Amino acid sequence: MALGQPRISSFNRSELTWRDKIWQINWSLIALITAISCIGFLTLYSAAGKSLEPWALKQMIRFVLGMGMLLLVAMVDLRFWMRHAYTFYGIALVLLVAVQVRGTVGMGAQRWIDLGFIQLQPSEVMKISLVLTLARYFHGATLQDVGRPLFLIPPLVMVLAPVGLVMKQPDLGTALILLMSSGAMFFLAGVRAWKFGLLIALAGGGVPVAWRFLHDYQKKRLEIFLDPDSDALGAGYHITQSKIALGSGGVFGKGFGEGTQSRLNFLPEKQTDFIFTMFAEEWGMIGGLVLLGLYSLLVANGYGIALRCRSHFGRLLSMGVMTTFFLYFFINTAMVMGLLPVVGVPLPLISYGGTAMLSLLFGFGLVMSAYISRDIPIGRRGSHED
Amino acid sequence: MYHDNDRAKLFGRRAMLLGAGQGVLVAALAARMYWLQVIEAERFRLQADGNRILQQLLAPPRGLILDRNGIAMAVNRHNYQVLIVPERTNSIDATLDLLSQIITLTDGDRSRIAKDSRRHRSFVPILVRENLSWEDVARIEVNAADLPGVTIDVGQSRYYPLETLGAHLLGYVAAPSEADLQSDSAESLLELPGFRIGKAGVERIYDQALRGKGGTLRQEVNAVGRVIQEIERKEGEPGLDLTLTLDLRLQEYAAQRLGDESAAVVVMDIHTGEVVVMASTPSFDPNAFNRGLTGVEWNDLITNPRSPLTNKVIAGTFAPGSTFKPMVALAALESNSISPDTRVFCPGHMQMGNIEFHCWKKEGHGSLDLIGGIKNSCDVYFYEIARRTGVDRIHDMAVRFGLGDLTGIDLPGEKPGLIPNREWKKATFDQPWHPGETLINGIGQGYCLATPLQLATMAARIANGGVAVVPHVARDRISGGDAHPRTEADWPSCDVAHTSLAVVRKGMYAVTNEPGGTAYRARIEQEHWEMSGKSGTAQVRRISMHERETGVKKNDELPWKERDHALFIAYAPEEAPRYSVCVVVEHGGGGSAVAAPIARDVLIEVQKRDRARTAENPKGAV
Repeated sequence: MALGQPRISSFNRSELTWRDKIWQINWSLIALITAISCIGFLTLYSAAGKSLEPWALKQMIRFVLGMGMLLLVAMVDLRFWMRHAYTFYGIALVLLVAVQVRGTVGMGAQRWIDLGFIQLQPSEVMKISLVLTLARYFHGATLQDVGRPLFLIPPLVMVLAPVGLVMKQPDLGTALILLMSSGAMFFLAGVRAWKFGLLIALAGGGVPVAWRFLHDYQKKRLEIFLDPDSDALGAGYHITQSKIALGSGGVFGKGFGEGTQSRLNFLPEKQTDFIFTMFAEEWGMIGGLVLLGLYSLLVANGYGIALRCRSHFGRLLSMGVMTTFFLYFFINTAMVMGLLPVVGVPLPLISYGGTAMLSLLFGFGLVMSAYISRDIPIGRRGSHED
Repeated sequence: MYHDNDRAKLFGRRAMLLGAGQGVLVAALAARMYWLQVIEAERFRLQADGNRILQQLLAPPRGLILDRNGIAMAVNRHNYQVLIVPERTNSIDATLDLLSQIITLTDGDRSRIAKDSRRHRSFVPILVRENLSWEDVARIEVNAADLPGVTIDVGQSRYYPLETLGAHLLGYVAAPSEADLQSDSAESLLELPGFRIGKAGVERIYDQALRGKGGTLRQEVNAVGRVIQEIERKEGEPGLDLTLTLDLRLQEYAAQRLGDESAAVVVMDIHTGEVVVMASTPSFDPNAFNRGLTGVEWNDLITNPRSPLTNKVIAGTFAPGSTFKPMVALAALESNSISPDTRVFCPGHMQMGNIEFHCWKKEGHGSLDLIGGIKNSCDVYFYEIARRTGVDRIHDMAVRFGLGDLTGIDLPGEKPGLIPNREWKKATFDQPWHPGETLINGIGQGYCLATPLQLATMAARIANGGVAVVPHVARDRISGGDAHPRTEADWPSCDVAHTSLAVVRKGMYAVTNEPGGTAYRARIEQEHWEMSGKSGTAQVRRISMHERETGVKKNDELPWKERDHALFIAYAPEEAPRYSVCVVVEHGGGGSAVAAPIARDVLIEVQKRDRARTAENPKGAV
């Protein structure tokens, strides 16, 4: 089919023109992403003492680049992503290994690869790649397939390999997100509930063993989570100060640029992991709830897309990306509110950081691609029919 | 085409389940936010303020101390300090090298600065030197551009412009000790660096009022403690300016008159108890204590045999000698042991048992009545009437006139002295009282000890008709941080008959105004200004039998430490007494020869000033 040829209906077609695709863009998704990102720019601007430097401007540039990438990804045929899912996964895995070999140590953990123009964080890349590869794996599986334990072994290996690598970095937060989002995909693919029960029971039994493998700082964080006041000036400082900042914000907040806890640097990492705290200190509970609302709307929007997809790949992919996104913001906000231990998880679209934003926008691009191709059925191997 | 209806339905159900689960989690987040930001908001708000607000105390200016005419005796002077802020200079050492070309910096200063700069964060100013002269300050300011990080700060420090004059009365200020911090833990001012509290004299006893109340400065600080902005400044209350009863002119005169002697003079108003002169020599410079004494200076002060740090007026105790005789006379009269006409024959000594008690006049006074006994200060007369009266009665009378216990003057460090009786000796030595001791006691020797202030108070009570006046140095009554004018004092009575007092005063008049009186040569000749007094010579050493036979040594022949103390008490003017005085010259020799002339000169000067005051202010109020 030639480009630009007019089409009246998009039903039952296997190929879409650029025009069709642009016509199909889900603008509410774009609007929600943009709204949340704008809250991020505002907060970064305030965090820098009402200055675009050093964070807000860079973040805006990244956002614009990321938005471009999102649209580009969305324009690519969903089947392309499906066909190359394993390739992406393979690349992501290699990067993770590479970070082990010659990664740069940042914030006490080996997480970055310095590519010169960008500090690549392979674990972020892996979050999307894993979703992609699991969606691909389960796309062609019947419920009978899924019922067979042997069938589940390859995807389990696909999950545990990066989880193990990420744990070694060590990055407990990302490992948890990988595990949980994969769990969600297994669940959505139709794995029996009792199997999860068994796994959880086994995992519960394994906690004491796992405890021995945790790093001291990870143990400390868990201990402090259980009793934050035990070390209010040491490692518990972060969470204590975060709660003070949130609580002192009250219902209406201290006002834009007036958050004393963040402005006077009592709040650590205010531009990254604790940015939600800073936002809620300045904008109060009202602001915090608005942000949670926007996040929830974005997730719900993704769910809507997933449910409307005709291809199982599209459904799993959308749900996978959205679950990952949900886990990001839930773990981050729960952490800064003292509901979860301190783990290094950024607030999606808002925290200052390149890779996380780009990989998330990449993920949303995939969701958008699934939305655009929602009516196209996909065969077991990614072809039109088989 | 592959059909996946079952799969899609299962997916739909499970997606809904997942979505519901996520909804519950978001609800939990919202609930947590409500908990933190609504229910617990107040607590966290307080904690956030506690984080960001640094409260600092501001030292109030210390109250001034003025003499009765408003002349400043203790003031606050600007104390110029040079400070350095490490973060504003590239190299502290280089800056200090430059600075040392302008002001002297010792190696000790340098190492202290280095230590302080390591201990504090780099934006905290470090004290380089204090008490700079104005010239130094000007030179530093001129070169400010070449001295990065150097700033000048103005603090306040106590200064006593009169230096040694009145130092004992004023006392001094110094940094609070560990014990001060413990005992006054509620007062956070003491924790301020450089804060000084009164350590002696008036500075100490009225420290609370002079200190004032601290102000507060609330500043916003960031997480590392750097000050971002000032939020609120509440100035404290300056300390109370304290007016003393002291007349600085008279004080100056008295101190000069004492000269190099180790001596004490006190003059008080016999009706009001106001202390007009209180001089103790040698003196010290209280500024040295504020500045900080060197080891050598301190050592000189405490090893000096003339004890310059002791206020001899209240803390020097001396045997009163013959100045005690009025008490013996009163006790004898009041107990009816004698009448004013009782005559005693003095052959120059008195025998009791196998001990001979000598009169100061070897050849004896012959027959004397009471007035003659006082006038001649005849020891035998007083041996006899003391024997008749008994030690306990003498003790009781002396106590009524202010001896043997603290007078209650508003100064710290007063000594109680000692007036013995039987009970005291039993309790202290577990020995019975010896009759011979009564005789010794009768001439103010033996166990007897009194301070010059007690003797002046005694003289005042004799002169004012037996009213138990109590001396004081602060013009007003100070309670809390306020001064209240003293109301008409309602002193208790000493409870002695006026007739008895009149006899004693007649005797004291004779001492200085009748030829043959022991201090006749030190009389005041101006009409209406006459003083009445009583001399005393307190023996310090024991005179052996051998020495008596070969001739008692003259004071001039003895080493300073063994010479007699010269004492004199007096009041004036005789016709309407107003002032009492006590002069003690340590190891000065005879009371009438050494102490009486000083008392005379001081009383003349006091009355001159008094006349001048009365002329200015006819009502006589001062």
